[in-house]
Amino acid sequence: MIHSASEPHQPGQPTRGAPGPQDGAREPILATSGVSKTFPGVKALQGVDFRLFPGEVHTLMGQNGAGKSTLINVLTGVLAPDAGTIRLGGEVVAFGSPQEAEAAGVRTLYQEVNLCPNLSVAENIFAGRQPRRFGAIDWPDIKRRAQAALARLDVSLDVTRSLDAYPIAVQQMVAIARALSVDARVLILDEPTSSLDDSEVAQLFKILRHLKQSGIAILFVTHFIEQTYAISDRITVMRNGEREGEYLARDLPADQLVAKMVGHERMSARLREAAHEEQVADALQDSAEEMPQVAHAQAAAPFVELRGVGRRGTLQPIDLDVQSGQILGLAGLLGSGRTETARLLFGADRADSGTILVNGKPVRLRTPRDAVRHGIGYCAEDRKKEGIVAELSIRENIVLALQARRGWWRKISRPRAREIADQWIERLGIKASDAEQPIGLLSGGNQQKALLARWLATDPKLLILDEPTRGIDVAAKFDIMDRLLALCANGLSILFISSEISEVLRVSHRVAVLRDRRKIAEVAGKASNEDNIYRLIAGSGE
Amino acid sequence: MKLSNWFARDGGERQLLWPCVTLVLLCGLNLLVNPHFLALRTLDGHLFGAPIDILNRAAPLVLVAIGMTLVIATRGIDISVGAVVAIAGAAAATILSTEAVPSGALVAQALVAALVVGLLSGMWNGVLVSFVGMQPIIATLILMVAGRGIAQLLTAGQIIPIGAPAYLFVGGGYLLGIPCSVWIATVVVLATAALIEGTALGLFIRAIGVNPVATRLVGLRSKAIVFAVYAFSGLTAAMAGILISSNVRSADGNNAGLLLELDAILAVTLGGTSLLGRRFSFAGTILGALIIQTLTYTTYSIGVPPEATLVVKAAVVLAVSVIQSPAARALAVSFGASLVKHRGVAR
Repeated sequence: MIHSASEPHQPGQPTRGAPGPQDGAREPILATSGVSKTFPGVKALQGVDFRLFPGEVHTLMGQNGAGKSTLINVLTGVLAPDAGTIRLGGEVVAFGSPQEAEAAGVRTLYQEVNLCPNLSVAENIFAGRQPRRFGAIDWPDIKRRAQAALARLDVSLDVTRSLDAYPIAVQQMVAIARALSVDARVLILDEPTSSLDDSEVAQLFKILRHLKQSGIAILFVTHFIEQTYAISDRITVMRNGEREGEYLARDLPADQLVAKMVGHERMSARLREAAHEEQVADALQDSAEEMPQVAHAQAAAPFVELRGVGRRGTLQPIDLDVQSGQILGLAGLLGSGRTETARLLFGADRADSGTILVNGKPVRLRTPRDAVRHGIGYCAEDRKKEGIVAELSIRENIVLALQARRGWWRKISRPRAREIADQWIERLGIKASDAEQPIGLLSGGNQQKALLARWLATDPKLLILDEPTRGIDVAAKFDIMDRLLALCANGLSILFISSEISEVLRVSHRVAVLRDRRKIAEVAGKASNEDNIYRLIAGSGE
Repeated sequence: MKLSNWFARDGGERQLLWPCVTLVLLCGLNLLVNPHFLALRTLDGHLFGAPIDILNRAAPLVLVAIGMTLVIATRGIDISVGAVVAIAGAAAATILSTEAVPSGALVAQALVAALVVGLLSGMWNGVLVSFVGMQPIIATLILMVAGRGIAQLLTAGQIIPIGAPAYLFVGGGYLLGIPCSVWIATVVVLATAALIEGTALGLFIRAIGVNPVATRLVGLRSKAIVFAVYAFSGLTAAMAGILISSNVRSADGNNAGLLLELDAILAVTLGGTSLLGRRFSFAGTILGALIIQTLTYTTYSIGVPPEATLVVKAAVVLAVSVIQSPAARALAVSFGASLVKHRGVAR
């Protein structure tokens, strides 16, 4: 039953590009070549080659928007690729629907457990394909087979109890049992661990190893780095819709993985040297020493100070200062607490601990309105959902925050609003036919500029920018960042959040590094180098 | 700013095209049956004629629908307005019935009481929707059901006749030859439009309707605005309640304003305001209310038997809704095109 514990790869060499010679011994069970997928305005996948071998756990890593989900959707028949081929067991396949993919043995488990909590465990495992006997459902058989399916995973449950009687982790096991109850050759797990605690993750991994031994190919998507190394044999890194590379997990140190995810092409020799723990510790100490220096350099008092501000389940209590006229960058992976910090500071979520000081005085920021009144503006991460009011004109979108601050009675007259809008359209170089155009029709970059204008029109003291350059072409990106730096020179403070570390470093005076919902370090922005930050994020400094 | 802009802004004109077409078609149908449909004549210095009659009878619906427009613009709905109409009428009638010959002061008291009761009803809805966070349809369902009970408690289950001439003037009198209720509806519509577009409320309500999440994040007090919108809807429903009770000279807790909420919702949607929260149009709502009232008039005038009236009305409403739906029109066009093509092939 056990396939082969012996690894056909030569260690030490990442397997980049086309299948290397060292893989000649084995055929991938599932492979894509040159798969592309374009959505309106976005190249979600560009010529992606991907291979999944039987008896391996292969982890797909990449930041938000890197193309992981699109690749999974193409593999499972949810989306049809625009170009390229998919091979299953050597034969070219084109799944028209998830059902076809399932029938061919590609089973998928999505992030949220999508079972019926009100049905019994056994019913959930066999829903839609109940064994029948004389036309009626054969209940004893279902029960027997459900127990057998769970036993295969080393799980023993009362299969007649309803699913919601069990914790999420167990429900996940049931979902896996369901996925495997038909002959599965490939098991795809899309972020299955995001709602599990440590011991539950350990149990899941035990099962995955067990399945791996029996020859099933497992594709695993996560953005938890520790988990990646705990379970993976092979890692494929995606970035901006392209495959960055395929590596054997044991050949790819965590800090390099992070660097590849966030788009740090070349690995400096300095980083390789620093792999020794001593030097890592030194580097950390360096950054720690830089902090007071920066603070000395800043005679000006901080505009905003967060003291132990946190929210249970969202963010561990955090200390953070944003100096007047400076940019504080927040670096960290998705889910590290970046956006959560921003939302607590802006009052979009309510902090349940700590105090916030504005200009040295404690204030209560319980709603966005409170924050706005203290001169804080917030460009949210999700432009479409939390930023633009799509059907309203650019003019109406730009004056909205200013008008909200003035109150409903003191209306900004239409000509005045037009004047404000035209002025910002010109200053920020927003490309639009005129200010009366609905904002929803603009490109992403211009929408972002209009949202910047919305806040700049209120003459804010602090602007929180969460991924202000996501989904924006390079030219617009630099344009926006340069304008931000110019604004800072005029005394505006900015809290800058981006998953692109190089971008954070380029603009920030100081950078707070977050990991696992807590702040782990603060370094001087321009003085420190990217490698430092990758190490901190990857956690290899501990 | 042009008055038309106050009613329908930025491309709203095109939004009003189809309601206008519908109203013209209905009037055309009436003209076919009765060539004197549009004729007006004066009697004792009062204007009479079908158009005046339609406007007069549409006035309560217009009032309710104006309040409903703002509620729907915030992605809400208020199905309690019919019950509020009954409560307001019952409150006024109860106060008027305390004196055999009501004085002017008592009439004023009755009017104020009716409006206050309506406002309180609306505030109740507003609290449930905005601060408690209930689904609007459920929140207002409570008052829709309970309101009828309250009205019946006020009238002790009886139909209370109203005799005070000053009160009857409000819904049945004439001013400068035009029915009083038409004046009232016109003034309320203009005042509302001025309030909404003359201040920033229009912008705020539109923003809430299109993207409530983003609106909260610009620091707007969305909850207070939504609350106010429901309170206002209660107020306009109370005005309609006064007009109706004055017009029929009685307060009937059971039947006053029955199903008026549905006509109001229909008027708003016929006027092109989406139930999913979009740009709203007062002018569209007024057109919608006039379409509904003209339709009712038409069913009587062309001699539809009373028992069939509701079915005919429903059929016309369905047809109007289909005509106004861009998707349905596109479908019809492509179907027509394919029909032409097939015939061409057959030949």
